[in-house]
Amino acid sequence: MSLLHLVIILPFMFAVVSPFLHKMAQRIHTGWLILPASVFMFIYFLGRLPQVQDGERVTSSVPWIPSLGVDFTVYLDGLGLLFALLITGIGSLVILYSIFYMNKTKEAIGMFYLYLLLFMGAMLGVVLSDNLIVLYGFWELTSISSFLLIAFWYQREKSRYGALKSMLITVFGGLAMLGGFVMLYLMTGTFSIREIIGNAASMTDHSLFVPAMLLVLLGAFTKSAQFPFHIWLPDAMEAPTPVSAYLHSATMVKAGLYLVARFSPVFAGEAGWFWLVSATGIVTLTYGSYRALKQTDLKSMLAFSTISQLGLIMSLLGLGSAAAVYSGTSESLFYVKATMAGIFHLINHAVFKGALFMVAGIVDHETGTRDIRKLGGLMSVMPVTFSIAVIGTFSMAGLPPFNGFLSKEMFFTAVLNIMEMDVFHMQFLGVIFPVIAWVASIFTFVYSMLLLFKTFTGKKQFEKLEKKPHEAPLGMLLPPVVLASLAVVFGLFPNLLSYTLIEPAMAAIHPTMLLPGQQFDAAIHIWHGWTTEIFMTIGVIAFGVVLFKLHHRLKVLNQPLFSGMTLNKTYDGGLSMLDRGAKGLTDRYMTGSIRHYLIYIFIFLIVSIAVTMGSSANIRFDFSAFAPMSLYEAVIIFALIVPVIAVPFARSRMMAIILTGTAGYMVTLFFVIFRAPDLALTQMIVETVSVTLFLLCFYHLPKLKKEIVALRFKLSNFIIALGVGVVMTLIALSASSSRSFESISKFFIEESYNLAGGKNIVNVILVDFRGFDTMLEIVVLGIASYGIYALIRLKLPGEQESAGAG
Amino acid sequence: MELYMSLAIGVLFTVGVYLVLTKSLLRIILGTSLLTHGVHLLLLTMSRLKTGAAPLLGQEADVYVDPLPQALILTSIVISFGVTSFFFVLAYKAYQKLGTDDMEQLRGKEDE
Repeated sequence: MSLLHLVIILPFMFAVVSPFLHKMAQRIHTGWLILPASVFMFIYFLGRLPQVQDGERVTSSVPWIPSLGVDFTVYLDGLGLLFALLITGIGSLVILYSIFYMNKTKEAIGMFYLYLLLFMGAMLGVVLSDNLIVLYGFWELTSISSFLLIAFWYQREKSRYGALKSMLITVFGGLAMLGGFVMLYLMTGTFSIREIIGNAASMTDHSLFVPAMLLVLLGAFTKSAQFPFHIWLPDAMEAPTPVSAYLHSATMVKAGLYLVARFSPVFAGEAGWFWLVSATGIVTLTYGSYRALKQTDLKSMLAFSTISQLGLIMSLLGLGSAAAVYSGTSESLFYVKATMAGIFHLINHAVFKGALFMVAGIVDHETGTRDIRKLGGLMSVMPVTFSIAVIGTFSMAGLPPFNGFLSKEMFFTAVLNIMEMDVFHMQFLGVIFPVIAWVASIFTFVYSMLLLFKTFTGKKQFEKLEKKPHEAPLGMLLPPVVLASLAVVFGLFPNLLSYTLIEPAMAAIHPTMLLPGQQFDAAIHIWHGWTTEIFMTIGVIAFGVVLFKLHHRLKVLNQPLFSGMTLNKTYDGGLSMLDRGAKGLTDRYMTGSIRHYLIYIFIFLIVSIAVTMGSSANIRFDFSAFAPMSLYEAVIIFALIVPVIAVPFARSRMMAIILTGTAGYMVTLFFVIFRAPDLALTQMIVETVSVTLFLLCFYHLPKLKKEIVALRFKLSNFIIALGVGVVMTLIALSASSSRSFESISKFFIEESYNLAGGKNIVNVILVDFRGFDTMLEIVVLGIASYGIYALIRLKLPGEQESAGAG
Repeated sequence: MELYMSLAIGVLFTVGVYLVLTKSLLRIILGTSLLTHGVHLLLLTMSRLKTGAAPLLGQEADVYVDPLPQALILTSIVISFGVTSFFFVLAYKAYQKLGTDDMEQLRGKEDE
């Protein structure tokens, strides 16, 4: 148990006490009591920076299920630390923001902080776990806490819908990922990520390698809202805004990116990995930015923007994986720039998107709406919010001097570099990447500008708003101000990050690329000369401005195309089809008719026995040892079969009962001729009692309808019955013809008198050798008689009334 | 003998299953008791028929028939008697309460 373990567990401990804190300290907002914990964690992770920078890895293990190789092993390297800082840093700001956003008397904030802390701890667990199973556990905990947070206002229908949708999709991916993890375990024999990475070279030829890769990627893509699994994210915007800012922009949606980055050392260099990751990323980037244009709700716009930016980072991680192909050569350092851009943009995105969500929350909180058609002219009333929004959107659009500009330039560099590649058919297809990336950047520019100018400039239409807009309180502004300042600081001094965070993270993603003591060149230059990238950015701005101006006309033009391309219909339709299909199927075979169920059972019996008998070589029929039949026995068999066959033809119930009784007495006769006196005795008594009981009951039965029943011969019933009969005959024949070993009965016959002192061997077996059977059989009889007594004495509600009346 | 017994068992099973598949509750019960007879005879037949004297040591025979299946069948007779009686009273009660013995009508409620 190390301090790192404690830090991961700390949020959970606070989560447990959070509702109690809320109850006990009613006067102060619970968030104030939670905030120090998350700030402490942030400071702790900041303190680990120099250590990780020096290449020192913090690792510690607590045994959990050692026999299965599952231990709570934590591991802090560059990648883990980067995420841990994002989680705790933005987490602290979000908690601060939520103190002012969530009303402490109107909202169930005790539960809110419980869920939020649960999420924070789970997220830290995901990024710091070295054990796959532990990672998976924390991964699902993020899904569950996210589900709880999205449906925080559970009275609303849309919240519940969004929560269910995100749950179904992320859990689907999570389960796929678990499958991938198990396959990794089967290939390497260990759950430890570091050991798996160590074995990476020997895995590539394994038959499970590609399935494992696909399943792990499925988990990553669903969590990180990649196309076509992005559909849950816009619906998750029903969550309170602090949640959207934290989970659905900065942390949880990046868990998939973390997974891809973490498993890069295992899978990188594979053409499948390269293509899947980068192509999915670039498709998501384009599609997300395209759809963001169409949104009228601030948070939906930001959601699609998040999807698109996640796609950008994903594609960069994919492109960066190409470096592994050139491992050991100088070219690898050339392609590794893509990974660097990805990490840099990951930080930048968390910073500006967090700020923008908080801005959207402020606008919502102060005006009562998030619809950009109702908003406008807020610049003069909300100057601080406006400034934050300017920084956030300009950074998102990739304009200098903000951090988004630099990451966009690096992105362009990476896609331009990829054209130089001569593997994976890139010499033909490489040119597609820069073109798509450039077009997507134009869309990004346009929606960023729409977001900013539609909300804060233009006509003031305050009469449409529910509240009179005014500037937000200081506490609500502080967190976005911090994030916006970071966006500027990272834009102007990008090298603050390069060797502290980015380089160690790169070293974690490409662990084998460097010799010991070497470092990646992670210096980021704010001005890099008149390069192609600059001209591309100028083009983006020029085209973006034109598109922004023409937006109104284009919107009408593109309306049907956009609405037709939604995947939500597919999801909803699929879900309801699944519902209806399952119900239809169940209704079809669960008819409620006992006859149908018996038919299923008998058909299964016939088929399974017939197939077994047909396919097994050990079943043979050997009639040689059979006893001969005398005339007397032939008569009895005849006397048994005739009444039995007559039973179905008996028109009255009485007749059927008597015929069945006759069959029973014939069985008694069989017991006599087959030398079983005790059986004959019992059978006779039992048969007499049963027939008497049957007849008595039916004689006294009141108000019976016509006793004569219409007999209808059913061919299907007969065929099934005949099938069972034939199968049982065959079983009887094969069982009595072959005997693979001696009977145990020799012992009973020899020892009956010696051991038990009885000469009636059957009775000795019943009460001495196998007395337990008899005891429990007595219990059965006892229970049956109690049951019959209870049934007869039982007065059902309807009967009681009629008895009273009579 | 075993061959003919096996055929008789087949007939018992055929008629038993046919009755179990019909609508009338009483016929279902009669079907189960025919099935019970079939099973008992099957147990007896499988251990070979008429191979010796009755399993009473007082007979002082050289060979006795297998006593174990007889013990098993005896247990089974008693248990199936208990179950059949209970089933029967249950059916009787169902008649009284519901006024029908047609299994197609005894399907439970629609919205269960």
